[in-house]
Order: sequence, then C-alpha cells, then structure tokens
Amino acid sequence: MSKMNLTRRGVIKTGAVAGAGLALPTYLSAAAHSGYTNAPTGDTVTLGFNVPQSGPYADEGADELRAFELAVEHLNGEGDGGMLSTFSSKALDGTGILGKKVTFVTGDTQTKSDAARASAKSMIEKDGAIMISGGSSSGVAVAVQGLCQEAGVVFMAGLTHSNDTTGKDKKANGFRHFFNAYMSAAALAPVLKNLYGADRAAYHLTADYTWGWTQQESIQAATEALGWRTVNNVLTPLAATDFSSYITPVLNSGADVLVLNHYGGNMVNSLTNAVQFGLRDKQVNGKNFEIVVPLYSELMAKGAGANIKGIVGSQNWDWKLENQMGAKYTGTNAFVQSFGNKYGFPPSQAAQTCYAQTLLYADAAARAGTFNPCAIGEALAGFEFDGLGNGPTLYRADDHQCFKDVLVVKGAENPEDEFHLVEIVEVTPTEQVTYDPNHPMFAGGALGACNPGA
Amino acid sequence: MDAIILQILNGLDKGSAYALIALGLTLIFGTLGVVNFAHGALFMIGSFCAVTVQRILSVSFKTVDPSKTDFLGNPSTYDTPYVVHWFGPEFGAGIIDWSVPLAILFAIPIMIAIGFIMERGLIKHFYKRPHADQILVTFGLAIVLQEVIKYYYGANPIQTGAPEVFRGSFDFGVLLGFDPNVIIYPYWRLVYFAFAAVIISAVFAFLQFTTFGMVVRAGMADRETVGLLGINIDKRFTIMFGLAAAVAGLAGVMYAPINAPNYHMGMDFLVLSFVVVVVGGMGSLPGAVLAGFLLGILESFASMTQVIDLIPGINQIIIYVVAIIVLLTRPRGLMGRKGVMEE
Repeated sequence: MSKMNLTRRGVIKTGAVAGAGLALPTYLSAAAHSGYTNAPTGDTVTLGFNVPQSGPYADEGADELRAFELAVEHLNGEGDGGMLSTFSSKALDGTGILGKKVTFVTGDTQTKSDAARASAKSMIEKDGAIMISGGSSSGVAVAVQGLCQEAGVVFMAGLTHSNDTTGKDKKANGFRHFFNAYMSAAALAPVLKNLYGADRAAYHLTADYTWGWTQQESIQAATEALGWRTVNNVLTPLAATDFSSYITPVLNSGADVLVLNHYGGNMVNSLTNAVQFGLRDKQVNGKNFEIVVPLYSELMAKGAGANIKGIVGSQNWDWKLENQMGAKYTGTNAFVQSFGNKYGFPPSQAAQTCYAQTLLYADAAARAGTFNPCAIGEALAGFEFDGLGNGPTLYRADDHQCFKDVLVVKGAENPEDEFHLVEIVEVTPTEQVTYDPNHPMFAGGALGACNPGA
Repeated sequence: MDAIILQILNGLDKGSAYALIALGLTLIFGTLGVVNFAHGALFMIGSFCAVTVQRILSVSFKTVDPSKTDFLGNPSTYDTPYVVHWFGPEFGAGIIDWSVPLAILFAIPIMIAIGFIMERGLIKHFYKRPHADQILVTFGLAIVLQEVIKYYYGANPIQTGAPEVFRGSFDFGVLLGFDPNVIIYPYWRLVYFAFAAVIISAVFAFLQFTTFGMVVRAGMADRETVGLLGINIDKRFTIMFGLAAAVAGLAGVMYAPINAPNYHMGMDFLVLSFVVVVVGGMGSLPGAVLAGFLLGILESFASMTQVIDLIPGINQIIIYVVAIIVLLTRPRGLMGRKGVMEE
C-alpha cells in the first residue's frame, strides 16, 4: 500500500497547473494537437461570416450573407453549383472542403471595429471557425484582419476598399479580392478627363476614417495628374446625416466638381443634399457643375434614387458584366442565375466578392491538402485564376491584393427597372490599375510571417 | 456676407426640427414629469409614415411585356400603380407626387394612437419611479421601435421626394441684391421652416387660448391643486402625450424629403434635442423653441470651412460647448423655471 504525502503547497501547485491547462482558450488547445488553430477533427469544417447585420451597412451585410450561404450550398454539392462550374481551378468537387461538409456561423459587426473583433473572437474561440470572412467597412476589416493574424486563422476580406487593408495594415493571414481606392482613382481618371476635361477645380467631402482618407488621397492624386486643381478637402463625421452645412460652402468656393468620398448612407444623404442645393443645375467657370462618387454600389444607387442619374463612379463587379462585355467575364451569369433563382433579384458587388472569397479559400485548402492557414496562404499567394466573374485575376503574393479589371459606371438616365440603376461606362484593364507593391500610398506596413496559431 | 446668410438659412431648417422635437419633449416632461428617450423614435416613425404613404400610393399591378426579358431571361413585367390606373396618368401621378404632404393626414391619427398606447401601456407605470428608470425604459422602447422599422424597411435610407413643384431652389441672393446663384436655398427647406412655425404657433395658441390648454398649464404649475378641484388632469396629460407624439411625428413626415428616412434618424436627433431642452430650460416651451433655433444656427456656422480651419472639430462639439457655457452662467437654462428638477 502506497502512502500519499499531500501537502498544502503541493495541492496549490497541482491545482494551479491543472487550472492553467483548463483555462487555455479552445483555439490554443486545438492548435496544440494539430499545429494550427481550430484544426477540424470531425467530418465538418466551420467558416465564420462576420458581416454588418445592424448599423448603416446592414443591407449590404444581408446581401453578403446571402452570397456566403449560396457558396456553402455549392461547396456542399447542393443547388446548381454556381461558379464552381466556371472556376478555372477544378480542385473543388462539391463534397465540401477536403471531404468535410462545410458549416458556418455568423456574427454581427454592427459596422463597429470593437463589436466586429468581439464577434470574430467568439466565432474563433467558441465556434471553432477556421476562416473568417466579411466586411462592408474598411475600419472593421483592418481590425478583424489584425485579430485573425493574432489568432492564427485566415481572413478573407469582403467589401473593404481602403488602400490600407492591403497597404500599411496588410497581414500575412489576410487576403482581399475586392479592389481598392487607388484602383478606383486609376480607372476613373481617364474617364473623368474625357467627360469633363483637364481644366477643373474639385472640392472634396470625405468620410473621416481610413477608407475616406485613402479614397480622397487617391482620387486627388489621380485628378491632379490630369491637370485638375483641388480647391478644398473637408472631412465629415461618419455619423453625419445632414450634409447641408458642408454643401453650402461648395456653392461659392470656385469649384466646378464635387467629389463625394462617401459610402453607403453617407453618400445617399450627401448626394441628396447636393442635389437639393442645386449643384447639378449650376454653372461655374463657364462649365456645368459635376458630381463624382468614386465608389459606387447598386444598393447605394437604389438609396439615392433619381439623384444618382448620370453620376460617374467605379465598381468591382456588376451583374450585367458578362452580357454586356463578353465571355471574358465568365462566371457572372452562372452566379446571377444561382443567386437570382434563390433570392429573386440580382446580386450586388458585395455579394460577388464574398462568394468568390469563399470559393477561393475552399479551393486553396483543397489544393494545399490541408486547413493549415500557412499552407492555404501559400496556395493563394501568386495564384492566377479565372471564371469567377471578373476575368483573369491574380492574387499578388507581395500584398495579398487581387488584381483584375475595374468597372467605371454611371447612374442610368432612364433605368428600365429597379435592377438597371447602374450603367457600365467602360471596363479598365488590369494593367492600368496595377501599382508597385512599394507605392507610397501603400507604404508603411509589412505582411510579416504567417501565423498558424500554434 | 453671402456665406453668413446661407448658414443662417441652413440653421433654420435644422433648428426647426430641433425645436419641434424639443417642444414635444418639454410638453411631456412638463405635464407628466417623464424624461422620454423614445421621443426621437417618434420623429423617426413620422418619417416612415411618409415612406409608407408613398409606398401605399405606389402599390402596383404587374403586366407581362413579352418583348423584353428580365435579368434571369424570363418575360419581363412592368408595374402600373393602381392610383394611376384608376385616376389616369396625370392625376394619378400627381397624387403619388404629393405623397409627403398627404402623409400628414395619415400620420396625425397614427402618431396620436402610438402616443396613447405608449403612455397607457408602458410609461404610466413609471410615473413614480426615478428618472433613471424612465430613461432606461424609454431608451429601450426606442431601440425596439427602431429595430421594428429596420426589420420592415431595411437599414438603408429610403428616398422620399418632395412634390415636383418644391424640388428646385430659391435664389435668395437676387432678392437681397447679390449676384444670381450666390445664395440659393431649396424650396422644401423653406416649406419646412414655415411648417414648423405654424405647428409651434398652433401648440402655443392651443395652450394659451383654449380652456383645455389653460387646465394643462395649471396642471403643469401645480398638479395636486388642479386635481383637488375635481379636474381629471391625468386624462388631459395623456392627451398631451398624444399631442406631443403627433408634433414629433409631423416634424418627421415633413423632414423626409430633406434627409432620406432611415431607422437610426431618431437617435441622431434625440441626444441633440435633449441638449436643446436643457439649454432652453427644463419645462419651458418657449425656451425649447428658442434654443432649438439658436443651436441649429450655431451648429450650421460651426460647419463653415473657415471656422473648422480655425478650430478643427468644432462642428462636432459646438452644441455641447454652448450647453456647458449656458449651464455655467444660467444653471436653469435660457428660460428655465424655478423648481423644475431642483427638488
């Protein structure tokens, strides 16, 4: 019979070690077994979709969520398969990812960085999400991307347009399919010159956060390179709803172009105010006063109503792209059919980028043969693909930014129905919107090393 | 000079909204002693009354157009509003065009009913509770109301246009001897200011020149004594709650063409309107109106580029700076009454 020597100090030590072990977060204990965070052990794999389900971008978040659900259906072999049949990579076969059925959890970012981080953290730690996707605000995307880097999961950004997401705030675990502010400006500038000439004076109203700043910096640089003059740039609070007091100084500023670096509800309200104050009927410097909205969305066009007619902007994708611009943009019609049959209306660009990101993640895992985020990162970096609606696309290894054609659009003058509010003016080829990885607008950060979470 | 005139004009419409909301808040506080944080939500519901009327009048039937296809390649359909079908293209389209002014008729009974239900169903149970409890319950109610609106109408702003005849701008500059196109101001904002002036005058006239108003004013001054005279002051105060809800709702209806209604607009106005009430003086109706216009105009001036260049960020804090200065120099606000919230 053995004798047990229980001492007070011994009990405390044992208790402390056991307690520390139990207190380890779920993702760290999972990582200890497999070498990376939330390695799937059963016959399912969980993805986390973090979108604004409340707050000013909730409608875009709802459309993103629809696209995520559709992508999961197609990955699991349900529905008509959507863009799986047009995607240039054939690693996905409709049996989930690496033989595991795809499940998903959703979170509400509320378009607030702290809420988005809390929601992503919960999905990683409690629900075991192995990848986080979603967006609609660059502030949120940058915050969640940082969290995913720390936690050791992949972040497949949804709608985020700030240069910083793949610029100074880029991370090795983060990937962006959507275009950015620099690309918008590069695509828009030649069209603006053709439409409005090289002798213009621009007044900027800019949303006061990361996206607004980089959008304004990009469009100012591009238009000044054309010969335009920048009269003023006024930062407006993100929470502003009435822009009349910002619009009235434009009237007698000498500017003949108003650039609204606003998005979502901000843009709807500022454009409405600008039209109410007669800016679109005004003549300045012997020219018609013009309004430019660098980043467009179909949902914004719907919100702005008749005020959007004739106003020029840019988009990442449009549901009419393949029909109007040809088979180069294959995948568009397959996605529109899938989405339209399921939901009764065409998808937005936010939906398309989220759907594509989900397929790209799944495909990278299938090609890598593992869910290890670093192996998936290697599979995505430098990956060239086609058939997801945007034409030939490159996921550049230097900054994890996708490079593809950019659309210049304008509000339809006489829309035939509620789905034709935006007209494609031209498609700007990839080469024209490509920049050096060390471009000053993207400087200041480093990808760093991939973090598998182990 | 032209910039100053423009900012004064600009402040008038925002000040009108502040004044109308603050007037309702003060009526409720003065009569029932309730701090109603759901009052901004009533303004928002008023705006959505305009949206609802526009949608009702635009209810359409579909006709298949075999010559066109929709986005899925199926035969296309086009919508014809029943109003246009029944009354003809010109008169029918005119009715839809005037949906915002017509929404006033719809909003008055709806808002009074909502006010009655709120007061009888929830708020009356909190009369004897601390102000903190009243704030919590009404704030919670405001969140519920805005989430209900978001569920049915979505999160994006909904364009609700003014009648065609009011869509242009008025050239004030020419009237004042300036060059054309120097001081221009949207017609609808002038309409809004005039509408606010009429509503405010009507509320004051109602309280000043009717027996009902006289009893309410007496009740606001000394509720117990009026009760001892055998007058059912509670019933009258409930009616005043409905009236305050209607004022907020009408302010919202007419504001719809100025800023596209969205579910969050009530919260945007609520906090500022409370500051307006405090600056004007708790319980003072003229104070609420005066402070509403004053702060609206000051906020507008603070948004001028020259002012922001001088003091960056002043546009976002001006109202609170003024509130601090007023409360330090006149603790009861501009026209506050002795004894209100001082016990």
